[in-house]
Amino acid sequence: MTTITTTDNKLKRLARSVRIPPVYIFLVVVFLVGGILDQILSDGQIFTNPLILLNIIVRSVALGIVAVGQTLVIIGASIDLSVAYTISITAIMSSYIMQGKTENVLTAIVGVLAIGIAIGLVNGLIVTKLKVNPFIATLGTSLIIKGIINASFSNYTGSVPKSFEFFGYGMVGPIPVSIIILLLIVFIGWFLLSRTQFGAHLYGVGGNVEVARLSGVRTDRVLIGAHIFCSMTAVISGLFLVSQMRAGAPWVGPNGIFDLNSIATTVIGGTALSGGKGGVWGTLAGVLIFGILDTTFNQLGVNPYLKSVFQGVIIVLAVASYTIRSKKDAA
Amino acid sequence: MTDKQEIIQEESNVKPLLEVRCITKKFPGVQALDDVSLQFYSGEVHAVVGENGAGKSTLMKILAGAYTPDSGDILLDGVKVSFSHPSEAQHKGISIIYQEFNLLPERTVAYNIFLGREPTKAGVIDIRKMNRDAKEVLKEIGIDKIISPTAVVSSLSVAEQQLVEIAKAISFKSQVLIMDEPTAALTYTEVNLLDNLIKRLKTRGMAIIFISHRLIEVFAIAEKITVLKDGKLVGTVMTKDVNPEQLVQMMVGRELDHYFPPLGQPEDFGEVVLSVRGASNQLIHDISFDLRKGEVLGVAGLQGSGRTELAQALFGVEPFKTGTLTINGKTSKFRQPYFAIKNRIGFVTEDRKSEGIFSRQPIRDNMLLTIRSIRNMFGLIHKDGTLRDRKIVPTLGNQLDIRTSSYDRDVQFLSGGNQQKVVLAKWLASNAKIFIFDEPTRGIDVESKASIHDMIRGLAKQGTAILMISSELPEVIGMSDRILVMADRTLMGELPAKASEEEIMLMATGHKKIGNSAETSAVGKE
Amino acid sequence: MTTTTASSAKEINQILGKIWNGVRRIPPVFPIFLLIFIILGFLNPKGYQTMNGIMTFFRPAAPLAVLAIGEMLVLAMGGFDLSIGAIVTMVVLASSKLLANDPEKALPAILIMIGIGILIGLINGLVVSFLKVPSFITTLGMMLLVRGATLYYIGGAPQGYLTDNWRQFGRNYIQDVPFFVKIPYALIVLLVLGLIFYILFHRTNYGKQVLAIGDNMRAAQLSGVRVKLIRVVTHILCSVLAVLGGILVGGYGGVNVTIGEGMEMQAIAACVIGGVLLGGGKGNVINVAFGAFTLQAIVNLLNQLGLPKPYTDVIQGSIIIFVVAYSALSSQRKR
Repeated sequence: MTTITTTDNKLKRLARSVRIPPVYIFLVVVFLVGGILDQILSDGQIFTNPLILLNIIVRSVALGIVAVGQTLVIIGASIDLSVAYTISITAIMSSYIMQGKTENVLTAIVGVLAIGIAIGLVNGLIVTKLKVNPFIATLGTSLIIKGIINASFSNYTGSVPKSFEFFGYGMVGPIPVSIIILLLIVFIGWFLLSRTQFGAHLYGVGGNVEVARLSGVRTDRVLIGAHIFCSMTAVISGLFLVSQMRAGAPWVGPNGIFDLNSIATTVIGGTALSGGKGGVWGTLAGVLIFGILDTTFNQLGVNPYLKSVFQGVIIVLAVASYTIRSKKDAA
Repeated sequence: MTDKQEIIQEESNVKPLLEVRCITKKFPGVQALDDVSLQFYSGEVHAVVGENGAGKSTLMKILAGAYTPDSGDILLDGVKVSFSHPSEAQHKGISIIYQEFNLLPERTVAYNIFLGREPTKAGVIDIRKMNRDAKEVLKEIGIDKIISPTAVVSSLSVAEQQLVEIAKAISFKSQVLIMDEPTAALTYTEVNLLDNLIKRLKTRGMAIIFISHRLIEVFAIAEKITVLKDGKLVGTVMTKDVNPEQLVQMMVGRELDHYFPPLGQPEDFGEVVLSVRGASNQLIHDISFDLRKGEVLGVAGLQGSGRTELAQALFGVEPFKTGTLTINGKTSKFRQPYFAIKNRIGFVTEDRKSEGIFSRQPIRDNMLLTIRSIRNMFGLIHKDGTLRDRKIVPTLGNQLDIRTSSYDRDVQFLSGGNQQKVVLAKWLASNAKIFIFDEPTRGIDVESKASIHDMIRGLAKQGTAILMISSELPEVIGMSDRILVMADRTLMGELPAKASEEEIMLMATGHKKIGNSAETSAVGKE
Repeated sequence: MTTTTASSAKEINQILGKIWNGVRRIPPVFPIFLLIFIILGFLNPKGYQTMNGIMTFFRPAAPLAVLAIGEMLVLAMGGFDLSIGAIVTMVVLASSKLLANDPEKALPAILIMIGIGILIGLINGLVVSFLKVPSFITTLGMMLLVRGATLYYIGGAPQGYLTDNWRQFGRNYIQDVPFFVKIPYALIVLLVLGLIFYILFHRTNYGKQVLAIGDNMRAAQLSGVRVKLIRVVTHILCSVLAVLGGILVGGYGGVNVTIGEGMEMQAIAACVIGGVLLGGGKGNVINVAFGAFTLQAIVNLLNQLGLPKPYTDVIQGSIIIFVVAYSALSSQRKR
């Protein structure tokens, strides 16, 4: 009798500890609907061709990496609108420094990471010390970075060496390097959030700054840390993009709408815009939903502009699936 | 372990664990504390009482390191200490539990208890150890069977959350525990749980400082009572040496013979203006009663009995789904408060700060909102008041004695008491003929209580019908012309004016535990 | 003798204190705008010290002010509207196709655009109110939807031209006006809309309810505010102003697919410079209009200095951060 209840409890506890975000149901639904539509209207490759599945993930890498950083910032009740131009400046600067030479790769990576840290630090300082609303603060830094880029570069600049393309196109066995890197970043994000003091404090800062402060958490430092991490993910995302494009261009970031898309995928993944709640696994699902949509539309040959229409509708519906039952009104 | 405890016990008889000497604190325009000296001993529950603005909270915040005193000393174990941040006080063994909740609702109990000092192993949080330690702390205060360390706080009841806060405070190995109105949000049985906990902490040699407006509780729990008034120390007495009347006299400095205004007379009561028959929604069920013009109808009941939900149903916040609601002879269905206000019903909520104040708007706009929201949306307004009546704001301001240099100032710059008055002014402006007051005097000092009671009775005398919800039985009895009692989310019955506390408590506990009634009335008596 | 001088000195002090208090209460947007405009006048007396020059300045500044006033309504209510840039794009691109170079169709095209604007605002408001999706996400979705639908409708590239009568509102001037020399239609449109929305926001029951929702939604509901209704109306007004702003933008700008891009952020920036609080509860139509003028003045200033256009972004970004930091820190000190 008692043993039954204990195993029962264990099962329950296991179920609770895994805690699959509900967005995964939405992910499965989107995948099935996309696959079925593909089956009926097109050649049905989504269900039959594993390469397509892999491709869905590869298409999600750039957005996925930066969305992990965005998730951390949003959990801290902040936001980062500067990631798109951080991606651009990374792409440009790295390919400019590399100039197609393998020996410059390390310098370039160190250089752009330094830029990323600087941007995150500035964002974090403006938000915490100058008390500027994070939306405005990062909109401002975003404009500043944009201006600096456009003042210096207007087209493809420099190039990346063949060796560096391994990042974007390489394979380890059957698995693309890019997927490994995405999963690595997601894992790091998860680890930071759920296994470090930094993560625990970040949830505190996002949930209730005053409570965190009274508990002895150095709230400013934590939020600055989150901003630095976010900018670094944008840098990694930029490095990945430039390795695929082979040369950096100023429009990489804004054309991918990485700022708003990373926010959208984060919210779809169940992280509240008001902070203190959420995690990176949900965000990963949000990113994959975007990837599936993209692939399905390609398969069905949907007009690219209609794609944008559907994407807009699905973002709202995905978030509505959480919010519609909530008692609290939205603003 | 036991030896050590004995030593503490022995020493405690000699020298105080925590002492304040000649503490003075001044805020712009207010002498919050004036030369206050007090001693707190371990193993003792020490209540601090006084009206609002007496300086209780200021004193507690100084002890907890949230404020620094202008002058005077704090001595812990005979050693002078000073804190620049609450966490410093906490690490020296002084913990405080505030009135407002200080937990992260989306995090687990363990994460909340150890926020800011999570145990780590090689930089990684040792979750097992943290949960184990949390379990240990919960066990220490005897609630490990009720609350799991891995439970998410938002899934706990209000009382359980309160217990988690206490667990968090204990986990600092505190010697001194300060509680600011810990029972304000608790139900009757939960208060008992807390009482037991306090007794246990006492035997462990902790000094417990306790702030409360409920004198019943103070008398039940505390050994010593200190009275503050206008920032000055009136005196410290042993609980066994005083009765409540004497204590109140110390607090207010006057006799309390006209505590409540006289009840209404039969000729004051008019026709039925509000009538509910067999009404239910998802929160309460089978509600039937009448409310007459000119009467004050009290609603008593324990926390969670559905009192506030009744008010919200009448006001259209969570409307009734079945049954009928008749206002002035017209069957009405309020889908939202707008319709209730249109039918001249007013609802002064319990939590006036978060449900009543628009802190970034001028006093003027706060006071006029109930008028404006039911008028034509695109109708023009006058800045000073309504187009027809420009005097309404200053008139109400004078009537309620709202102290401000200008009605154009934002409400956030007013004192708490004045903010309350602005909320009342907003409802008086609405010119309602039926008023619902939910806990009209919660957290308000004795003197202001009397003026609010006078105001409510005054409204009734002018022919307003009043439904007054209160968890303070003396208030219900002192004010009501009739008394409705709620339990288990429905109406249990009606009692006439001047019903005794025993009768009300019996009904409010659902007639079930008659054996308990003796105990109940003993506690319930002032 | 000494007492009288002392008291008069005290009086003077008091008066100075009062003046200082009054000066301190002036929103920072006015001195900033004035400063930039004076510098502009210094650098180019012909362009910014003559009526002719000033009126020329207002032609591109007015459309942004119209957009900003609409955005302000939503921000004051505690929401966001990210879809207004896409609406501008829609108005310009879809009108040019609808017109098919036929001036007769100008009025129907404008009416259709306003109708679509009402529909967009209605959907935004309903989704936020009833599906409880935060407006940030709702209007982000709407932005993608409107932009995608517009480009789908025109087939990806601009079709046709905007006829002169359609463009007159954003492009033409009333010539030979005494004293003012010339007045751009756009400025008149702004003045009319500004007056209407000033009254609507500051002098009607509606405006006070918007602020109440932005300040404390729960308390607003309990005070009888029909939160959902007000929210829907506000989103509709914002979208309609975006359509009208789009017509002005189309008047002086060319027809291209990126014409409205980023205008939502510009409008939000103008609001913030004009003292609007993100999160709701504060807003002022006049200050917001001057916030928009300030942004335009910065662009002109940098042009005047001969700096390449990208630097305007840098300066704009810095000024936005500076203004918000200034008001955040000064309001903190007040407490």
